Amino acid sequence: MSLLIGKTFPRGGKEIPHRKKATEGKQIVTLAPPQLVVIPLQQHIGARCEPLVSVGDHVKMGQMIGDSSQFVSAPVHASVSGKVVAIEERELLNGNKCLAVVIENDGKDEKYALPTRPVEKMSADAIREVVRSAGIVGMGGAGFPTHIKLKPPKTVDTVIINGAECEPYLTCDHRLMVERAESMVRGTRAIMKAAGAVRGIIGIEANKPDAIDAVREVIKDDAALSVTVLQVRYPQGAEKQLIKAAVNREVPSGKLPAEVGCIVCNVHTAIAIDEALTLGKTSYERVVTVTGGAVVDPRNILVRVGTPLKDLLDFCGGTLGEPAVLVGGGPMTGPPIASLEAPVVKNLSGVLALTAEEAGFDENRPCIRCARCVNACPIGLLPNTLGDLSAHGRYAEAAQIGLMDCIECSLCSFVCPSKRALVTWIKQGKAGWTAQRKSAPSA
Amino acid sequence: MEDLKLVISPSPHVRDTDTTEGIMVAVLISLIPVLAAAVYFFGFSAIRLVLLGGATAVATEAVFQKLRNKPITVWDGSALVTGVLLALTVPPTLPSWMIIVGSVVAIVIGKQVFGGLGHNIFNPALVGRAFLTASFVGSMTAWTGPFDTITRATPLVVGAARVRLPDLFFGSVAGSLGETSALAILLGGIYLFYRGILDHRITLGVLSAVIVMSFLTGANPVYGILSGSVLFGAVFMATDMVTSPYTPRGRWIFGVGVGLIIMLIRTWGSMPEGVTYAILLMNAATPLINRWTRPRIYGQGVQRS
Repeated sequence: MSLLIGKTFPRGGKEIPHRKKATEGKQIVTLAPPQLVVIPLQQHIGARCEPLVSVGDHVKMGQMIGDSSQFVSAPVHASVSGKVVAIEERELLNGNKCLAVVIENDGKDEKYALPTRPVEKMSADAIREVVRSAGIVGMGGAGFPTHIKLKPPKTVDTVIINGAECEPYLTCDHRLMVERAESMVRGTRAIMKAAGAVRGIIGIEANKPDAIDAVREVIKDDAALSVTVLQVRYPQGAEKQLIKAAVNREVPSGKLPAEVGCIVCNVHTAIAIDEALTLGKTSYERVVTVTGGAVVDPRNILVRVGTPLKDLLDFCGGTLGEPAVLVGGGPMTGPPIASLEAPVVKNLSGVLALTAEEAGFDENRPCIRCARCVNACPIGLLPNTLGDLSAHGRYAEAAQIGLMDCIECSLCSFVCPSKRALVTWIKQGKAGWTAQRKSAPSA
Repeated sequence: MEDLKLVISPSPHVRDTDTTEGIMVAVLISLIPVLAAAVYFFGFSAIRLVLLGGATAVATEAVFQKLRNKPITVWDGSALVTGVLLALTVPPTLPSWMIIVGSVVAIVIGKQVFGGLGHNIFNPALVGRAFLTASFVGSMTAWTGPFDTITRATPLVVGAARVRLPDLFFGSVAGSLGETSALAILLGGIYLFYRGILDHRITLGVLSAVIVMSFLTGANPVYGILSGSVLFGAVFMATDMVTSPYTPRGRWIFGVGVGLIIMLIRTWGSMPEGVTYAILLMNAATPLINRWTRPRIYGQGVQRS
């Protein structure tokens, strides 16, 4: 089904199979917390937190257990009540190690909540302080500390809530918009207040009509808020593409959305902000879509941070046979899962177990210059050329033709008939160029 | 749930279903109407040349790769496409050994010496054709009419206006195997366009340049397109992915350039037809065109609104 209705971005992009049927109609269910939770002290972009607790301490559910004095960072919180049994290096989803606080669950869910006040009486600074204290980060996947985003360097007039959910398979934002529209809208208003914006736009892809209806119903009497229906086209949920579609503004190369007066926040992030402000709840649980052809009973699960990934798969009936690949997040941009013992973190939107028929891998056959990557690139780059230059270490030449403008949406690799690892090479090129410039400052 | 084997590969973890083989197979499918028309008009000779051209190309590629100790990749179908395309550009009376020589040249000189699939600068089939034309002028211009073995002049030589338009459209005229039937070529082209393989910019660029130049030189544009190998070249040869530009604007420039050079050769050159050389010349310009026509990068050259 081609859904050509709705607004979109002008260049590149492609309607790709979205494979959301298995979970888009399934209500969010809660997974009971495990005996032991593992809370990594870094679940965000920026500096790692230092532990605020010691082994043997008793902690409450929601209590801050790690924080950092660095500007770009966000505190982390206990997701169960109980005793701290270890503070040690633990493996993350992508295989990297990170210092983590391990808590033995006492099963009591003894709550710690932030003090709350009516949002109308709060200043922008007070809202930002609550958002920071609650440890809220971009829950769509980026994990950027939200309180920093709420203090834009330029005047902002528009807050855009990202409900595009353009990654295939994922439905957590979709379900949250259907089931928690009021909370999301309250959160949106709080973001607008904190950022000084006068209007809020909720952008939703046209393949989620129930979410569009649910949100419209909640905002019908609020002239400052509106829903923008977006065309089903990957990567519609990429920040720059979303801004272009929603308000027809183009973020200058290398700049932030605030440059054109916008802030973009994910649906789940808006809900977390509302819960922090109205309930005093810190960021210790989230909704994760567990799906893929190899999952017996795909579901959207509300799960505590720190729960091992294998518990999520077990809760969904386990896997059928041997999955070809396990992914943390969406299949286009999510990393492969290196360990099922790794814990759920704040920015994990999905756990996918894909069968060999669904999954696709790099084959790196010769480029036949078919230009599909060129036509698909939403930024207007030449992924074939950038990939070749990057793979050969010619970073400076690649940088001259837009290497650093790549948003890593992976669509170039997706469309390539020769299954070349275009986006992988480009990512390596970006890292290589950044390192090169750091070691040799420009003359 | 225990002991799952975890595969670590970078994103994306899902891929489009189209493959290089798929594209080559689609090109072969798109040639079915043209092949059918060739067999209908020229009979057994068409089958002989297409089979020899295709088989020789595949065998040459396999032998070349074997000699160089490279993986043998003939199953990707690209050599077969080259051989079949070459056969469709020769006259029906061409001796068997000549198509074999042409096919070997197409694969070796046109493709493998550059490094194989994706690395060649010139359209391999047209390299083979150019070689045959230069080496065996007589045989390469010995056009016979359809349904007979009498050598006739092509519409381009006798003056297209003296040939009936329906004959030009359906293909009942003298010419190379694949170029006579505009209808068959169009069917193949529509299929390729529908499959997202043919880039309309190149094809329309060639045709529009031929039409405009025909007007300017006082020729009939309809005959200009339907006679000779313009249509075959615009649909199947100029659109070769490897040897044409990959930028959207570059493809327009490439197509228009091919059309202009065709008309320059036809009008003022010493040869009646110039499609082969027009495309080969523009192939040479392709890297430069790519460099000049990079798309605008999102967010570059914009100020705050």
